[in-house]
Amino acid sequence: MSAANHNSANDNHGHDEHHIMPLATYYKVAGALFVLTFLTVGFHQLHEFLGPFAALIAFSIAAVKAFLVMAWFMHLKYDKLSNRIIFGAGFVFLALLFGITIMDIYTRITVNSVL
Amino acid sequence: MINGVPVQEHYRDASHQFASAKEGIWLFMATEILMFGGLFVGYLIFHMKYPEMFAEGAQFLDWRLGFINTLVLIFSSLTMALGIYFCQINQPKKAVGALAVTILCGAIFMVIKYFEYTHKFHMGIFPGRMLDLEMLNHHLHEMGKPAIVSTNLGMYFGFYFCMSGLHGIHVILGMCMISWCLYRCMRGDFNPNYYTAVEGVGIFWHIIDLVWIFLFPLLYLVG
Amino acid sequence: MAHAAHGSNYLNAEKGLWSWLTSLDHKRIGILYFISVMSFFLLGGIAALLLRGELFAYNAVDALGKTTGQLLPSADAYNQILTYHGAIMVFMVIIPGIPAILGNIFLPLQIGAKDVAFPKLNLASWYCLMAGASLAMFTMFSTKVDTGWTFYTPYSIKSGTAVTTMVLAAFITGMSSILTGLNFIVTVHKLRCPGMTMWRMPLFVWALYSTAIIQVLATPILAITLLLLAMERTFGVGIFDPKLGGDPVLFQHFFWFYSHPAVYIMILPAMGVISELITTFSKKTIFGYTAIAYSSLGIAAVSFFVWGHHMFVSGQSEFAGIVFSFLTMLVGVPTAIKMFNWVATMYKGSIEFASPMLFALGFLFLFAIGGVTGIMLAVIPVDVHFHDTYFVVAHFHYVMVGGTLMAIMGGFYYWFPKMFGKMYSEFWARMSWVFIFVGFNVTFFPQFILGAMGMPRRYFNYIPAYEPLNRISTMGSWLIAIGFLMALYTIINGLISGAKAPKNPWGSKTLEWEADSPPSVHNFDHEPVVTAGPYEYK
Repeated sequence: MSAANHNSANDNHGHDEHHIMPLATYYKVAGALFVLTFLTVGFHQLHEFLGPFAALIAFSIAAVKAFLVMAWFMHLKYDKLSNRIIFGAGFVFLALLFGITIMDIYTRITVNSVL
Repeated sequence: MINGVPVQEHYRDASHQFASAKEGIWLFMATEILMFGGLFVGYLIFHMKYPEMFAEGAQFLDWRLGFINTLVLIFSSLTMALGIYFCQINQPKKAVGALAVTILCGAIFMVIKYFEYTHKFHMGIFPGRMLDLEMLNHHLHEMGKPAIVSTNLGMYFGFYFCMSGLHGIHVILGMCMISWCLYRCMRGDFNPNYYTAVEGVGIFWHIIDLVWIFLFPLLYLVG
Repeated sequence: MAHAAHGSNYLNAEKGLWSWLTSLDHKRIGILYFISVMSFFLLGGIAALLLRGELFAYNAVDALGKTTGQLLPSADAYNQILTYHGAIMVFMVIIPGIPAILGNIFLPLQIGAKDVAFPKLNLASWYCLMAGASLAMFTMFSTKVDTGWTFYTPYSIKSGTAVTTMVLAAFITGMSSILTGLNFIVTVHKLRCPGMTMWRMPLFVWALYSTAIIQVLATPILAITLLLLAMERTFGVGIFDPKLGGDPVLFQHFFWFYSHPAVYIMILPAMGVISELITTFSKKTIFGYTAIAYSSLGIAAVSFFVWGHHMFVSGQSEFAGIVFSFLTMLVGVPTAIKMFNWVATMYKGSIEFASPMLFALGFLFLFAIGGVTGIMLAVIPVDVHFHDTYFVVAHFHYVMVGGTLMAIMGGFYYWFPKMFGKMYSEFWARMSWVFIFVGFNVTFFPQFILGAMGMPRRYFNYIPAYEPLNRISTMGSWLIAIGFLMALYTIINGLISGAKAPKNPWGSKTLEWEADSPPSVHNFDHEPVVTAGPYEYK
C-alpha cells in the first residue's frame, strides 16, 4: 500500500513476483510438518502427565506448523508486504471479535454471574 | 497475448495483472480466515465455559483417524506446492501429476471423513439437539463404558460437525478447483509467466490445510 | 473488443439484452445494478407505505365487535411486511446502493482506469445479488418470514416461518458485497492512472475504499453467523440455544460485529458523494482534503469497536455496556470532522443551488440530526429509556434515509449527464427534492416525539394517545412517495427527451468529467496523466 507510486511498484518486481524456491526447500518444510505432527501425537500420549500444559504444547506446535505453511507453502515469505498485511488483517479482526466478546462474557460471569 | 500471457486490456503488462490477481486472492483468503475464525471463536468461548463437556465429547473422536488425515493433508499441501513449482519451471507434465496426487489426497481425506461420520451416526451421535443420548448410552453400556455425564453434549458435536463439515465442503470445493487447474494444465494454458490460477487455487488449498492444522488438536486431542 | 467507432459509447456499442447480461464493462454492470436496486427500492417502499398505512389509525373494536382502522389483514401480516421492508432496504438497497451503482461506474473513471481490476468478478457479484434477491423474493411471496431483518435468536430458531431460506438469501447477497469490496480495493491499489497518487484521489474514491475494507473484513462474520443460524434451525447445534447451554447474546455479538460496520458500509459512500457535490457546487477547493480522507478510514476503523451499543439492554454485561458506550462516542469525532469540513468548504464559495446541491444540503441538515441523536442513544441511561421505541426508528431513518438516500439521489442527479449523456429537467428535480425533503421530516420527526412518549417499535397497533402524531407521520410518507414518483418522472423524461449533455455540465474538476458523456467503452481516448489534486478550483 505504498503511497501510490505505482510506477515504481511495477518496475522492479519481475523477480520477486515469480519467486522460485528450490525443490529441496519444499521437501524440508514438508518433512518438518510431518515431524511436528508426530510430535503433537507423541505429546498427546503424555497428556495425563502434562495436565494443563498439554493444550499449550499442542497449540504451540500447531502455530509453528501454521507458520511453516504460510511462509513457505503459501510463499508469504517472498510475497509483498501489502499482501502480508492483508492476510494478517484477517487474524487481527478475528482477535478483535474474540477479545471484545470474551470481555462481555467474562464480565457477565464474574460480575453478574449470569450467562 | 504477451509472452504467452493473456493480459486483459486494462492492465499494463503481465506482471501488473499477476500482482493484482495475487492481491485479490489474498483479500479473499482473509475473508476465509474470518469466516472459519467465527467458528473458532465460538468454540473457544464454550470450551472455556464447559471444559468437562468438551473433554467428554472428544473421547468419541478417534485421534488416529485425525492423525492420518493430518498426514494426508500435509502431503497434499506438498504436492500442491510442487504443482505450482513445476508450472514455474515449465514442466507441465509433472505439474499435472502433482495436481492429480493432490486431488487423490483430498479424496482419501474425504473417504476417511465419511467413515468417521457414519460411525458417529451409527453410535447415535448427531449434532446438537439431534444427539440420540439413549442410543449412545446403550452403545456405551454394551462396550462396558460409563454413561454420558454432560447434559449438553450435543453442543460439542454441534461444533464438531459444523467445523469439520465446513472444512469438508472446502475440501470438495478445492478438489473441484484443482481439477479445473489440472484440465487447463493439460490443455497447455500455463507457462512460467502465467500460472495465476494454479497459484490462487494453491493458496486456497493451503488455507484448508491451515484450518485443519488447528482443527486436529482442537477437536481430537484437547477436547 | 475492437475500438469503438467515433460517436459510439458504452450504451450503444453493443445491442440486445444478452449483451447487457454478459457485459464485463463496469459502466454497464453499474446500470444493471441501478435497474435492479431501484426495483428493490420500489418494493421496499411499497412495504413501507403499507406499514405507515396500517399505523394511520388506531385499531379499535366497536360495540358490534367490528374492528375499525385496520388496513392489513392481521398483525402477522404486519410483522412479515416489516421484515420485508427491513431486509429489502438493508441488504438489497442501501448496502449495494452507492458502491455498486455509482461506485461501479465512477470509481474507475475517477482514477483514470479502463475498468475495475476483476471485470468477471464484478459481473459475478451482480449475479450473486440477483440470486440472493430472487431467493429472498421467492421466500417472501411463497411463504413468510417474521423475524425482522436482524434474525435475533432465540426467536429466529423457534419461528415456524421460512427463516432458513431467508438467511441463505442474505448469505448470498453478502457474497456479492464481499466480491464488490475486494474488487474495489485491488482497483484502487493497482489501477490508478499515471500521476494519480493516493493523495490525489477524489474523496468519493477514498470513501469507497474505506467502505470496501469494511465489506471485506466484516461480511465473512455475517456469513458464518447466518450459516450457524441455518444449522441451528436444521440440526439444533445449540451454540445460540440456551437449552443446550448456548448463548443467544453471542448471536447478537456475531451479528453486530458485521451489522454495525455495515451501517458504515451504508453511510461512508454517501459521505463520499457529498464531498464531491459540496466542492463542485461551491466552486471551491474542498476544505481539509486530507482530514476528510483520513476520517473515512477513521470511521471504518472505529466502526469495528462499537457494535455492543445495539445490545445495552440485551443481557450484555454492564461493564461491556460502559466500554461500548464510550467507544461509540468516538464515532462522533471523524463524523464531525467531515461535517465541519463540508461547511467550511461552502464558506465564501460561490454556491449554486442546483438540484444535486439541494440534496447535499438536505444531507447535512438531516444527517446532523441523525448523528446527534445517535450520540444521545450511545448514552446508556438514555438508551435504556429509548431502546426499541420509535426514537430509535427515527434516528436510523434520519441517518439511512436522510443521509444515504439523499446522497444517492444527489449523486444520481449529479452524474446523470455523464451516465446517459442527457440532461434532466432541473425543475422536476428540484420539485422531487422539495417533496422528499419535506415529506421525510414530516414522516420521521414526529417519530422522535412518539419515541420519547414511549411508543414501542415493530408494533401493529398503539394506544389512542399516539394517533395524531402517527397520522402526521403517515401523511409524510405519502409526500415522500410523491417525491420519488417525481424523481422517477424526471429520470424517464430526461432519458427520453433530455437535451444532449456537454462533457462537463457542472464545471467539476475530477477526472470522470474529462471522458465523453456518455463515456466510450474504454472510458478515455488516451490514458489520462494527472498532475494536480482533484479539486483545484480557482
